[in-house]
Amino acid sequence: MSTITAIRQPAVDYLDTLLTGQPQLPASPWAQVNTLRAEAVERLDRLALPTVRDEEWRFTDLSPLTRLSFQPVRSATHLEAVDIAHFYLDDAPTRLVFVDGIYAPQLSSTPLQDGVVVASLLAAGAAPSAALQVQLGRHQTIGDNVFAALNTAFMQDAALIFVPRTLALAEPVHVLFIATQAGVASYPRCLLIAEAGSSVTLIEDFVALHDTAYLINPVTEIALADQAHVKHIRVQRDSQQAFHIANCAVSAGRASHYQSVSIAMGAQISRYNLNVLLAEGAECMVDGLALIAGSQLADTHTGIDHAKPHGLSRQLHKCIAGDSAHAVFNGKVMVRQGAQRTDSIQSSRNLLLSAKAQVDTKPQLEIFADDVKCAHGATVGQLDPEEVFYLKSRGLSDAAARSLLTYAFAGEIIDRIPVASLKHQLQHRVLEQTGSQP
Amino acid sequence: MINPNSPALLEVRGLCASVNGIEILKGLDFSVKRGEVHAIMGPNGSGKSTFAKVLAGHTAYEVTGGSVLFEGQDLFSLAPEERARAGVFLAFQYPIEIPGVANSQFLRLTYNTVQAQRGKEELDPLEFDDFVREKMKLLEMSPDFLDRSVNEGFSGGEKKRNEILQMALLDPRLAILDETDSGLDIDALRIVSQGVNQLITRDNAVVLVTHYQRLLNYIVPDFVHVMDAGRIIKTGGKELALELETRGYDWVSAEHQAANQTRPEAVSA
Repeated sequence: MSTITAIRQPAVDYLDTLLTGQPQLPASPWAQVNTLRAEAVERLDRLALPTVRDEEWRFTDLSPLTRLSFQPVRSATHLEAVDIAHFYLDDAPTRLVFVDGIYAPQLSSTPLQDGVVVASLLAAGAAPSAALQVQLGRHQTIGDNVFAALNTAFMQDAALIFVPRTLALAEPVHVLFIATQAGVASYPRCLLIAEAGSSVTLIEDFVALHDTAYLINPVTEIALADQAHVKHIRVQRDSQQAFHIANCAVSAGRASHYQSVSIAMGAQISRYNLNVLLAEGAECMVDGLALIAGSQLADTHTGIDHAKPHGLSRQLHKCIAGDSAHAVFNGKVMVRQGAQRTDSIQSSRNLLLSAKAQVDTKPQLEIFADDVKCAHGATVGQLDPEEVFYLKSRGLSDAAARSLLTYAFAGEIIDRIPVASLKHQLQHRVLEQTGSQP
Repeated sequence: MINPNSPALLEVRGLCASVNGIEILKGLDFSVKRGEVHAIMGPNGSGKSTFAKVLAGHTAYEVTGGSVLFEGQDLFSLAPEERARAGVFLAFQYPIEIPGVANSQFLRLTYNTVQAQRGKEELDPLEFDDFVREKMKLLEMSPDFLDRSVNEGFSGGEKKRNEILQMALLDPRLAILDETDSGLDIDALRIVSQGVNQLITRDNAVVLVTHYQRLLNYIVPDFVHVMDAGRIIKTGGKELALELETRGYDWVSAEHQAANQTRPEAVSA
């Protein structure tokens, strides 16, 4: 592969700065990676960073990102288990740890089980690649998506999870992305393949050791074969100064079942695009929570594509914005022609904790079939004064009363996380965060 | 448990209050001593519930005149939570549901908050669990109430029991029970009343706000007050409640008006 800086166009200057200084990537042991990278670089040549004039980005102004420059990681930060043990989850001992995007085998724990792959791409080498290689880049296509293109152009390593036919992986797989260095850009990649009838729980967990600015641009691809069950928990608890711009593409096969719970609490600007493609009889539960304060912006764009008949989708997305934070939700449910008997319910519920906080929510339903059951709705509100009074009449301070009610609002989503230790960590975090609201 | 020598717990003088600019309480006088049980009765719209909420500090009600002393202190100088910590408790007519918060968590939080403010010992979850289960026996509540969200999906009777459970935990000096009997079937009424009776001591006082006499068969008041148009217009013993039950409220209003015609009041501004 040629150097990618040589073919830049001056018109896309910020992409230039991101790409400049990137050392020439060594050839990957996977031919597929080399091909995808080359395509992505070529694609980047014709793409520019989105602005608020782009419909898909009208509420999320990326210009603060362009005022900073981010460099690729030059040398890996060495961490000991003791540094990060507080992020470990008791009930998810299978763990892949990436530090600033670089795989850390000494912090990871990947017990062997017949036919199961939980590994970093580079560490695994070419060995388990046959079934996996063809899937990489197949679900998250690049199209006009600059950040998917950037991620792919910089792809070196990836978290690989492969669960063979009918196998039920009892313990969740914890993929921990730890940010340690200021001013760096990292491009994590995750690929999960659940073969027919298998089941697995994936936790993607984005954390930071320090409150510094960095750019993290992950792409996750999840493929469920027929009747597979995948639970996908995504926790974005990056540094309050970070930029987190992520894409996730899910292909749900016939009669498969995908459950997503995504939590966004960190980053100064975060964006999560989640697209789920449902085959016949496939079901998905797509729930999300953005809990932000200060001047944070959290933008979640979801797309649920009922491409075939008899699909079912349920979505509850909640935003809690304090101070002058700004939450954005855009949820599109598409019911394609012929996708009869689709059953879809989508709900966006939003809580504003201060007069300066802002929520933009846009549930979208596009139906091209005539025998479907679809409902959607959105609410934006403040804490109910009767509820606050009730708690104060029991001795709680105004702040404690508001905190408890906010916690309860968030709790409905956090309760859906099927991993007890993670749920408890987040409950504590929510109590801390809501308790600090004025 | 009337003790004429005990100091006044609550002294209400000429209380006026309005909601959305409409005056509801129009010069209410009311006094409670420790060890006493008072019933405030009266027709719909007479201002009973408004009085209860004003005492608890609901912000929708604006106090426009008069004074309230609680143990000698100006009650209106205290925020609602400070009143609760000082020992004022309001059992709500319509308790609020809080989905997402376990009842046990809520009860422990309120208990520990009030304990801490009173300089008393807080309880950890295990200690509290034992403690609250004992109190729940008073009200024949099943332990699974602890795991459910606060009041969510509770029947009317279960919500009222949960209110009295909070009274038992917070150990108030003055408990105001706002229509605690409404929506209760006869068994629930008996259980709730027995619970309240066990909480009455010589050191605290209970004010029952109610429409109906039947509650007073179970919790026997020392005083019965009739409220009409934002004022207490008649006070008597427990037998007054029985008389109201048979004769209704109209005669009390008529009697009051007749008395006022011979002794006209000062015209208020």
